[in-house]
Amino acid sequence: MIPAAFEYYRPKDMAGVIALLQEHGDDARVVAGGHSLIPMMKLRMAEVPHLIDLQGIDGLGGITIKDGAVRIGAMTTQHEIITSQALADAAPIMKEAALQIADPQVRYMGTVGGNVANGDPGNDMPGLMQCLDAQFHLTGPDGDRAVAARDFYEAAYMTERADDEVLTAVTFATPVGGHAYEKQKRKIGDYATAAAAVQISKAGGKVATASIAMTNLSDTPIWSQAAGAALLGTDCGEAANKAAVAAMLDDIDPTEDNRGPVAFKRHAAGIVLGRAIARAWSRA
Amino acid sequence: MSNKMHVKLNVNGEDHEFLAEPRELLIYALREKLNLTGPHVGCETSHCGACTVTMNGKSVKSCTVFVAQADGAEITTIEGLGSPGALHVLQEAFKEHHGLQCGFCTPGMITRAAKLLEENPNPTEAEVRFGIAGNICRCTGYQNIVKSILAAATELNAAKEAAQ
Repeated sequence: MIPAAFEYYRPKDMAGVIALLQEHGDDARVVAGGHSLIPMMKLRMAEVPHLIDLQGIDGLGGITIKDGAVRIGAMTTQHEIITSQALADAAPIMKEAALQIADPQVRYMGTVGGNVANGDPGNDMPGLMQCLDAQFHLTGPDGDRAVAARDFYEAAYMTERADDEVLTAVTFATPVGGHAYEKQKRKIGDYATAAAAVQISKAGGKVATASIAMTNLSDTPIWSQAAGAALLGTDCGEAANKAAVAAMLDDIDPTEDNRGPVAFKRHAAGIVLGRAIARAWSRA
Repeated sequence: MSNKMHVKLNVNGEDHEFLAEPRELLIYALREKLNLTGPHVGCETSHCGACTVTMNGKSVKSCTVFVAQADGAEITTIEGLGSPGALHVLQEAFKEHHGLQCGFCTPGMITRAAKLLEENPNPTEAEVRFGIAGNICRCTGYQNIVKSILAAATELNAAKEAAQ
């Protein structure tokens, strides 16, 4: 369980990081907490000849909530997500999801930036970010740009991020209404067999807005516009819930692996989404 | 490639400096370079928690940290919590309440529990179970581990109160 040898760098500023990325191209990777990347390196499923540690860079951490918007620096850990009262007040779905990621030790190290940038379909934050319609902020040699979470994921481990860019922060509008993050997993620390992120707002007893995203049920997270649309204007009762689940099932494309066959995953996806919609509605 | 680098660690209050390949896992540096064999190598895949140490105030699985990342860090292992002649309150509680059978998971379990009680001095049973969810024990069924940690919490709080 020892990875291939690599050169290690701990630059002091972002210019230093970008210069290294430009020099080494896809032979280089940045590492934050490392709890997605290091296991892959140990299994030799990822080979990283040049490892660039971001821990020496100032300004990549911290949670800011201002003017109806939330900004979470890329190096913010899952532990910090869980312990931020301000974030729990502004976007409680973040804490609910983070508590279901991995285990305490991993959450002290694992970061939001690493979780969203890695492109692992098993990671929970990408689907959550799509549910919240977040923007990902990237810094590269030509400056900064933002990419919508819903446009970021191309395939497993393939994202919109260029090899010489670093994801520095995620931002999203403070969500309104009720939330739920529901995850089925085999044990603490496992990736999801199926997980659902749901935000629903209510007006006049009916669903005013609904956003639904699913995790680990395709080679990318799946934001199911049709599932959200199936709830709009309804009383979010049993029929609407079923319609949303049916719409979601049309959008996912799970594959068989050691978490079960396709039919089981589709079943689990329906269960978690049904529960998440009911819980989000009860809080809306 | 595979050039060695100078690594500085402060472990259990003592400064250490040694040469290591960046890819060396922190657990092996602790065990093989510093002879601190309390933290164990269980699964080596970030699941079991037997290698848990405290690094810069965080409970971490030292099998999932490269020694290069730990350069400059302050680390506490089970050896830094207590000694055979002066057991830590948690070690005493594990002994008293049969919180271990084979003992393999115990160093990681106690190191994690120490951090948990530091952050949450009055945990409920559910909070203890959730807080040690990253540590696996294959002997005890956790019952007595949870009992030991709750007993240590009571003990630590009584000592704090007495000191005031």
